[in-house]
Amino acid sequence: MKPNPSNNKLFKVSRRDFVKIGALGSTGLFLGVPLGCKQDKNAFLTGREDAVFAPNVYITILGTGEVQLIAHRSEMGTGIRTSLPLVMADEMEADWTKVKIIQAVGDVKYGDQNTDGSYSVRMFYQPLRVAGATVKLMLMQAAAQEWQVDISECSAVNHEIVHSSGKSLGYGYLAEKAGALPIPEENEITLKDSKDFKFISKETVIYDLEDIVTGKAVYGLDVQIPDLKVAVIKRNPEAGAGIKSFNSDMATAIEGVSKVYKMESTAFPMGYNAPLGGIVVVANNTWTALKALDTVEVVWDKGINASYDSNAFMQQMQRSVQKEGQVKRQQGSATKALKEATKVIESDFLVPHLAHSPMETPCAVARCNADGTCEIWAPVQSPQWVRQAIAEALGIEESEVTINVTLLGSAFGRKSKPDFVVEAALISKEMNTPIKLLWTREDDIQHDFYHSNCAQHIKVGIDKNNKVTSWVHRTAFPSISGTANADAKGPSSDELCMGVLDMPFEIDNISCESLDAKAQIRIGWLRSVHNINHAFAIGSIVDQVAQAREMDPIDNMMDLLGSDRKIDFTALMEGFNNYNVKLEDYPYDTHRLKQVIQLVKEKSGWGKSLPEGKGMGFAAHRSFLTYVACVVEVEVDDNNNIKIPMVHFAIDCGVPVNPDRIRAQFEGGAAFGASLALKSEINVKNGAVIEDNFNNYLVARITDAPINTAVHFVENEEKPTGVGEPPVPPFIPALCNAIFMATGKRITRLPIKL
Amino acid sequence: MEKFTLNINDQKITIECAPDTPLLWALRDQLRLTGTKYGCGIAVCGSCTVHLDGTAIRSCSIPISAINDKAITTIEGVGKDRLHPVQKAWIAENVPQCGFCQSGQIMSAIALLEQNGNPSDADIEQAMSGNICRCGTYIRIRSAIKNAAKNNV
Repeated sequence: MKPNPSNNKLFKVSRRDFVKIGALGSTGLFLGVPLGCKQDKNAFLTGREDAVFAPNVYITILGTGEVQLIAHRSEMGTGIRTSLPLVMADEMEADWTKVKIIQAVGDVKYGDQNTDGSYSVRMFYQPLRVAGATVKLMLMQAAAQEWQVDISECSAVNHEIVHSSGKSLGYGYLAEKAGALPIPEENEITLKDSKDFKFISKETVIYDLEDIVTGKAVYGLDVQIPDLKVAVIKRNPEAGAGIKSFNSDMATAIEGVSKVYKMESTAFPMGYNAPLGGIVVVANNTWTALKALDTVEVVWDKGINASYDSNAFMQQMQRSVQKEGQVKRQQGSATKALKEATKVIESDFLVPHLAHSPMETPCAVARCNADGTCEIWAPVQSPQWVRQAIAEALGIEESEVTINVTLLGSAFGRKSKPDFVVEAALISKEMNTPIKLLWTREDDIQHDFYHSNCAQHIKVGIDKNNKVTSWVHRTAFPSISGTANADAKGPSSDELCMGVLDMPFEIDNISCESLDAKAQIRIGWLRSVHNINHAFAIGSIVDQVAQAREMDPIDNMMDLLGSDRKIDFTALMEGFNNYNVKLEDYPYDTHRLKQVIQLVKEKSGWGKSLPEGKGMGFAAHRSFLTYVACVVEVEVDDNNNIKIPMVHFAIDCGVPVNPDRIRAQFEGGAAFGASLALKSEINVKNGAVIEDNFNNYLVARITDAPINTAVHFVENEEKPTGVGEPPVPPFIPALCNAIFMATGKRITRLPIKL
Repeated sequence: MEKFTLNINDQKITIECAPDTPLLWALRDQLRLTGTKYGCGIAVCGSCTVHLDGTAIRSCSIPISAINDKAITTIEGVGKDRLHPVQKAWIAENVPQCGFCQSGQIMSAIALLEQNGNPSDADIEQAMSGNICRCGTYIRIRSAIKNAAKNNV
């Protein structure tokens, strides 16, 4: 679905598997090798403070009692740097105040580090529970040996092993002895019962909270190393196009400017690693670099996308979806059913390009050393991918590249792509000095990997018995893979599985179709990806269908979902992708979707009477394996100003690992959705992006975002699934449907213009 | 290059830089006060908010030469000895997600509460609408400000 250079498989935690995986040189979870000084399991326990017990790559216990837990996923605001360590801490019965979280460098030994696709918790919850429980068992074994008692008489309680007699030994004291023990087999490990959880499903504040509110937290641009120079780049407004000539006389005359030079461009489609190229200015500080850059005169060359016009492209896509496309899922005969229908509801839906515009622009610190090695400090979502990309760009081995991951000042998918870090490394090599590369906000908005613009047409047939009998959904959008592959003509089936092919309605006649659209600018994945477009269209047309059937929108939705069932999409089409996991492990369960809908109905006061100018709208959508139903309340005044006083989400994400952070993701997801629905739009003319900063690429401010957001959980013990992306898709149609109720105006194009 | 003596977080510090250097880059590059963030460079996002004689300003858009002897307070200055009540309110509400914009948000909130100890929703919206948060922590920002106000900042 998203290019992922690292091995994506789930791994089990056991020594056997480590040996197996380790032999393949792949993503072993366990090193299985105790680190530190020579240890003898028969030695008398001294409680030496220099002891180090490190039975796996994630957990180290020092003789002092400090527990070091590795955060191997990137922290971009989801709280993952806290939420995965707390899973380990819970199973190992650690005292959270004695836990130190250490951010991992990019290294395959940690397993998948590509922080993307809302799968950190989904993928690592179980393995990290096992990792923690293994450590606990080894500490218990060490204490039992020391006391010469049966292990059944020992238990772990808040950083100590306690004997039934009441005596106890601290984790630090036991570190030395535990470090000499063999690592237990997985079948010896017992996980906690959920009723005994100390941290899981409880509230744990983020590890960096105080550092953030005091300004001490370190993001990419805050990194300081000796002899740093600052680099900025002037890029061709058309991505991938080159440079005819440039004049840097004025720039080089400025005091403090080290060098102005041309970095070669890579022609479109350049992929995700290649720098766009341009004129690089290196100076002794940021302001000097920026001022100098401003004086550089460049005559740009034209590339293959010099005539790209996003408005004309949208019209072309909109025309294309009026006719049948490539049928990717078919049941019954939608054409026939539509002919026999007594009512046909149809509409086009248009979504523009969007930019990620994370609060912190792309930036990186790179130091190419004299010995050929390279060290990076950067806010990156996928440090292993960056490591590969840097090694390739510099022509060195991955083992010669170190990627230190800073905090990310948000990312939304932008910082998955290594391009900006490669730029920094190449400049450092060219200059033979450490470099801090700054992307200005203008760089960020004008040279992003944009969200696919998209045109859709949906046609729904209703028969004489008021039953929905046919569903035709056509979508056209440029594929993300078009950024790397000139042959990519349009949506891939993986991309269509984000909201088109995984449509859950129990309708007899279905045709899901895609139409070609070629990427003519860098396209990337943005928080919830194509679900943004497809949930908007489906959530909106379903509201129109409810109106046509004279049914309550929620009753209509329940009727469309039909029976409780686990939908076997693999039987319905070729190549179904269930967010890269098997359907049998994470089924599409209509019962779970209906449950969140029922819950949001109860909690939101759905159906209450509202004064004029107010409206309530509903939508529900499963994405990234998480079920979400959403009700939005709006107020629209006489000047068409839109206020969102209240949002209700009901969600089923399995076991909620850190509920406060889940609520935060939904609060933020609604605000993010408000940006996309009400404000944001990227327009391209002559291959160049028109918008360039937050004064014209508009995003939700405190005045636009929901005033309140309530999050209601379906309680169950299902496997946990992601929450970073799933809030966004249903929020947008729920808002549009609320606006319809308040004003009678049907929204079919984003951003909303009343 | 010129020398400027600045009054930053109750300290007098002399730096040498071009007179048109925005305060933001002087703070970050020369004084290593990196709690103040770059977000847009054109005074529309609020990430770089600091106080100048107690008033919230965008440090990306004021040159060093215009500051003279006015008192500059940055995020590092407000919580120097112990956490400021607004910082405490931010912690109590678990406001931050990625945290990048929060220095600026906190500086705007402190300036608001110093002028208006009991702000209405409209007052909060007006004072905080210059600060963008892409994570969308606005609900908690609103409640943190109200809580800080209740505790008589």
